[in-house]
Formats: sequence, C-alpha cells, structure tokens
Amino acid sequence: MSERINVLKTYKIFIGGKFPRTESGRYYQPKVNGSPIGNICLSSRKDVRNAVVAARSAFEKWSGATAYNRSQILYRIAEMIEGRKAQFIEELIIQGETKKAAEKEVDTTIDRVIYFAGWADKINQVFGSVNPVATSHFNFSMLEPTGVVGVVSSESSSLLGLISSICPIIVSGNTCVVFISESKPLCGVTLSEVLATSDVPGGVVNILTGKRKETVPHLGKHMDVNAIYLADSASEFKESLRLDAVDNLKRIVVGKESDLYSNKFENPYIVTSFMETKTTWHPIEIISGSGSGY
Amino acid sequence: MKQKNSKGEALKFSGKWDLAPAPESTDHIEIKKEYQLFINGKFYKPSSGKYFPSINPANEKHLSMIAEANEKDVDRAVKAARKAFDGTWSKISAKERGKYIYRIARLIQEKARELAVIESLDGGKPIREARDIDVPIAAAHFFYYAGWTDKLKYAFPNQSPKAVGVAGQVIPWNFPLMMAAWKIAPALATGNTVVLKPAETTSLTALKLAEIIQEADLPPGVVNIVTGAGATGAAIVNHSDVDKIAFTGSTGVGKVIMKAIAGTEKKSTMELGGKAANIIFEDAPLDQAVEGVINGIYFNQGHVCCAGSRLFIQESVYDVVLRKLKDRIQALVLGDPLDKNTDIGAINSKEQLATINKYLKIGQKEGADMFQLSCDIPKKGFWCPPTLFTNVSQSHAIAKEEIFGPVLAVQTFRTIDEVITKANNTPFGLSAGVWTDKGSKIFNLTSQMRAGVVWANTYNKFDPTSPFGGYKESGHGREGGLHGLLPYLNI
Repeated sequence: MSERINVLKTYKIFIGGKFPRTESGRYYQPKVNGSPIGNICLSSRKDVRNAVVAARSAFEKWSGATAYNRSQILYRIAEMIEGRKAQFIEELIIQGETKKAAEKEVDTTIDRVIYFAGWADKINQVFGSVNPVATSHFNFSMLEPTGVVGVVSSESSSLLGLISSICPIIVSGNTCVVFISESKPLCGVTLSEVLATSDVPGGVVNILTGKRKETVPHLGKHMDVNAIYLADSASEFKESLRLDAVDNLKRIVVGKESDLYSNKFENPYIVTSFMETKTTWHPIEIISGSGSGY
Repeated sequence: MKQKNSKGEALKFSGKWDLAPAPESTDHIEIKKEYQLFINGKFYKPSSGKYFPSINPANEKHLSMIAEANEKDVDRAVKAARKAFDGTWSKISAKERGKYIYRIARLIQEKARELAVIESLDGGKPIREARDIDVPIAAAHFFYYAGWTDKLKYAFPNQSPKAVGVAGQVIPWNFPLMMAAWKIAPALATGNTVVLKPAETTSLTALKLAEIIQEADLPPGVVNIVTGAGATGAAIVNHSDVDKIAFTGSTGVGKVIMKAIAGTEKKSTMELGGKAANIIFEDAPLDQAVEGVINGIYFNQGHVCCAGSRLFIQESVYDVVLRKLKDRIQALVLGDPLDKNTDIGAINSKEQLATINKYLKIGQKEGADMFQLSCDIPKKGFWCPPTLFTNVSQSHAIAKEEIFGPVLAVQTFRTIDEVITKANNTPFGLSAGVWTDKGSKIFNLTSQMRAGVVWANTYNKFDPTSPFGGYKESGHGREGGLHGLLPYLNI
C-alpha cells in the first residue's frame, strides 16, 4: 500500500471576504534556515487597489454597526483563533519559533483580541465629551473612525504583532488593508481564514502578501486611503510613506511596540489615533443669562 | 401727508433705509510707527534691518512698519524658546504656570476695545465682529487653558503627559488675535514654549499680544513672536530644534509643510481649508436657516476656513429660500469696518481680492448665475459684495475649491441620501451645517457628515471648550477643549 500523498496548501490573499489569487500571477518563497516554507502570492498594485475598494465599500456598514456588535465580532475572532491554536503554533514553529515561544505568542494574541474587543463600546464614554460652551448651545464631541487604514504590520512578529495592529484599528469601525510579514507570512494567511469565519464582514480586513518594496508605495499614494499604520518605528518606509501621504493628507501613525508582550501595548490611545473628533452644536432655546442660540 | 427726513426728502418705506454713521473712535488706540521682533522677552530690530508696511485694507492707508525676521532671527527665537523650556518654564509649578496664563486673559479683557479697533483697522473686519467675537474668544481661550495646567493628568487617564518642547506656530490673517490665542494658550498650558509667526498682512494684534505678554511678566523666551512672510514661516518649520509645528492656513501650504517635516520626528497640527456644506431641509425653520446661511458664508467676508460655502436647499423650498436669501443679502451693510452698523467689511488684501474675483469670473464662465448685493463700493480699499451663485453643479470650480471670500454656491437636492453623498463629495472635511426641525433627522445627518465640526440649526459658533479641526484634507489634530491639549503633549 502506497503512502498517502499530502495535500499542500495554496496560500492566497484575502480581499473583500474572498480568497483570490494575486492578480500578478507570481509568487515568492520565503525561507527559514534555507528551506522554503510555502509559495506565497506576490501582490501587485492592482491587488492593492482592489483591496482598498473592498475596504472602502465595507466602511459604511462596519462603522455604522453598533459598538456592541463590533465588540462581539472581535470576541468571536478570539474564539476562532483559540479553535485553531494548534495550527498557529505549528506555523510559528515552521517560521522558526520554539514551541514554548509559539504557545505564549498564540495565548497572548487571543488575550489581546479580547482586550481590544472590550473597547468598542467604551471609547466614546472615556474619550468623548460634553463641552460647556458659553453660549446657549448643547455641544458634544464624539470620536469616529478615520476611514480606510493601510497597515504595514510588524515584520518580525507575524501573529501577535499583526493582531496588535489590526484590532485597535477595526474596533472603532475603520476598515483596513494589511501587508503582513514578508518573511513570515503563514500566520497572517491563516488569520485571514479565521477572519472569514468570524462574522467580520467582507472587506473590513484585507490581507496582502508580497514584497513590501513593490507594494507599500502604492498604499502610501492611494488617494482613498485615510491613514497608514507603520508598526515598526525603524521601518525603511517611514519617510517615503510620510511623503507619499501628503497628497491627500493621510494620517501616519508609527508604532511604539518596543515590547509587544508588555501591558503598555494594551492601551486605548492606539485606538483613538485612528479616530477623528467630531463636535456637534445645537441651540438650546434659552439658558439663563444668554439669548437663544440660533 | 408724507413723512420727510431731515433733508426734507420723502421717506420711502419700500427701499432700504440708510443708517446714520456710527463709527468707532480710534482716538484711544496706539499704533507705533515701527514694530520689532519679540524675542526672549524683549523687542529686537531684525538682523536684516528690513521692514515691510502694514496697511488698512479698507482705505489702503499706511498703518505701521513691521520687522521682517530672517533665518538668523528665527534661530535666535528658537534658541530663546529652547532655553526657556529647559529652564524657567519647566521648573515653575503647573499652578504658577496657570497664573501667568490667567494674567494674559485678564490683560486682553482690559485692553479689549483697543485690540478690537486695531484688529478691524489692520484686517478689514467689521468692528462688531472684532469686538464681539475675535477679542472675547481670544481672552476666553487663555482663561480656559490656564485652568488646565495643573489638571492634565485628569485629561489623559492612566498616562503621564509631558510637554513636547518648542512649538513653532504659523497663523493666518482671518482671525489674527484669536488664532494667536488658539495656538499659544494650549501650548503654554501644557508646558511648551513657542515661536509664533502672524500673517504678514495682520501682524499688529499679535505684536500687541507680545506687549501684553511682556506686561504679564512671563519668563523671557516662553513666547516669541516673529513677523514676516512665507520665508519666515519656512525658517520656523525647517528649524531643527523645533519639536512641533502648529499651522492654520490653506491646504496647499499645509501640504508643503507636511512634506518639509516628513523626514523628521516633528509633531504637527494642521488646521487647513474647507468647503463646508450647509443643508436646508423643507422642514427647517426657514427664517432662522437663512440667517444661519448668511452668517455661515458672509461672516468675516467669508474669510473663514469653516465657512458654509456650499448651500444645499431641498427642492420643495428652493424658491422661497432663495427669495429670502436674496432679500437678506440686499439688507446687508457693506462699508467702513469701523462703523458699528457694518456687516461686510473689507477684503483682507489686494491679493485675496484678486483670488476672489478670479473665482467670480470662473463661476460665470462655467455657466452659473451670479447675484450680488447692489451697493456703493468705496473708492479706495479692497471690496467684494456678498455674492451668490445659482445653477451650480458639483463639478464647478466654485463648488469644489475653497474661495475664502463672500461667495456662496447654491445647489439643490431631493432626498437625504442624495444630499449626504453630495455634501461628503469633497476632499475637505472641516465643518458642515444642517437645518431641520426633526430631531432624528438632525442626528442622522450630523453623524453622517464626514466633518470635524457640525452645526445643527446654527452655524459658525466657536468656544474655547469646543474642539475644532478637520477630517480628510482639512487637516489633523484639534484645537480647543480637552482634545486640544493632546497635540502639545507626549502621552
């Protein structure tokens, strides 16, 4: 009896909730200790543009969903990662981690999703305000998601770094286009399969693989991207992204993740850095001492 | 018998009555012949020895000569600011820091009348606006932020906020003193020191503020005010020892600045242009809405980044609203900015008038219909009567680009979804206005406008407690309120 032939995985990109092959029709082979770990899509400019279109289309629905709903969907992501724990650990090991480190990374990843899931319906309670203006008006400020966010995620931390980029961005209602680690892409591709089965609407998170040098500039120059998150503060793309961003004044946020395992990383200020403050005024007919606020 | 006026002419009740002149006195104000640079607590002559004139845009009369700061002067100012930041300013307690800022607020209030008159003379704005809005809000900003100095930990839960350092601030000519206050007050409250450059056509009240700061006895170097044009601003932006840039002005210049600092770790706040939608629904209180539209676009001659320059009227009330609007425009008083009856003052500069006139030509060329207040235009000075365009489409330049003048582009709509799409169809996102009496419709609209400030059943209201700033290409960062502290802190 012959030995069973293994079914090898085709690694695909993730756009608009679907798993297309890259438009480029090309792939690359990241290597660990000299041996290739998979055939990974080399995303093209067209893939970037398709992903931005998908993210923009998803924005209205996702940002319009209730905070409670978004919170539950993030929690669901955590549940799904928990269910695939073994696979993530295996992939981290293939990418060169020790078993112990891999287990710790997956556990911390799950806990991090839950941490940010909880912020969905609290951000505006903590960071919104009612402003006591000196005229006869009711005035309040609330935070709203910035829009479509491009993410150049951590190159070295392929799972925890990735999730720590995505969650604070989408929890408030942003949608995103994410470049995952170029040298360690396995967990990112698997994460897209998790997202596809976690009730995250298609297009909220779009995941691209490939050579960053080829693709990151297209994200930086895209006129329908509102913000960029650059996870590595020492990234070679920092200045070029800031220059590219000028054309439509994208917000550029550079990560401070010196230690992804530290409690410091779990804070709401990374969530608010991808939000805009909107202030709304309405007259109050008369309040003492001042006339009508019309 | 017909009523006669003092000249024996029959009174006409159908036309507009001329109001008796009510000019504000200028006797009590002091404008020096020449103004120097305010650096390290003292006034210095510019190292180049160069001065440029400041004129009254309402009559083109010379007001004063203003020092032009070059790179060397800016460097001197930044060094003074750095020394103050490392020394006195970070050593005194937050409570004492607050008391200095309170002093500034009080001194502005004491000199309110003089500041208002100079603001009107130098910038062309009606004295009524300078007196009731610019100066009181400037004082209020200092008063509000003074109280924050020793309470910053409550603003940013679980963090230990720290001052950024030396802030370079470049401000526009539309609200000279108020913009200086919006910039300086939060910067000082959070423990920074500043180098501020006012716009070259409106330096006077900033220099008056420098005198106030001297009188308030602030430690030398905490606030430095350098005057000049674009090159002076560029010297501030490009100075390697400036930690943060705060800019208010056009989106075009904002982009130039963002490019200039891309290779640095300078923080930035950008308050840039706008092309705000002001939306009137058929169920709106129409008379109030018309007042709001007038205030929204003609306030300060339309030199307002958040001006409601795109009006959307629901088709069912288009005719009646347009008639009311034209009647109301016809009742506006254009003339001497120092006259207390004046609604529309002078355009700030010859250059700005040329820009506005260019758009008036483009608007007509693109096929829109122009309506203007018919009135006597003073012979001297820079003037543009309040203007309204109908037959405007989304693709017209006057509906897309910021004009920064008293020019309103009117469009219509039928459904809510349509007007939301049209209103958001712009790279800008500074402000928006909504007029309807239905509460749920207000919240639907205000939450769907992609803009940083949304006025519902009101327009162009400002307050130090109220965060102000844009989405998209209208900039980033907020000024005013608790949120206005963040751009000056590292948390």
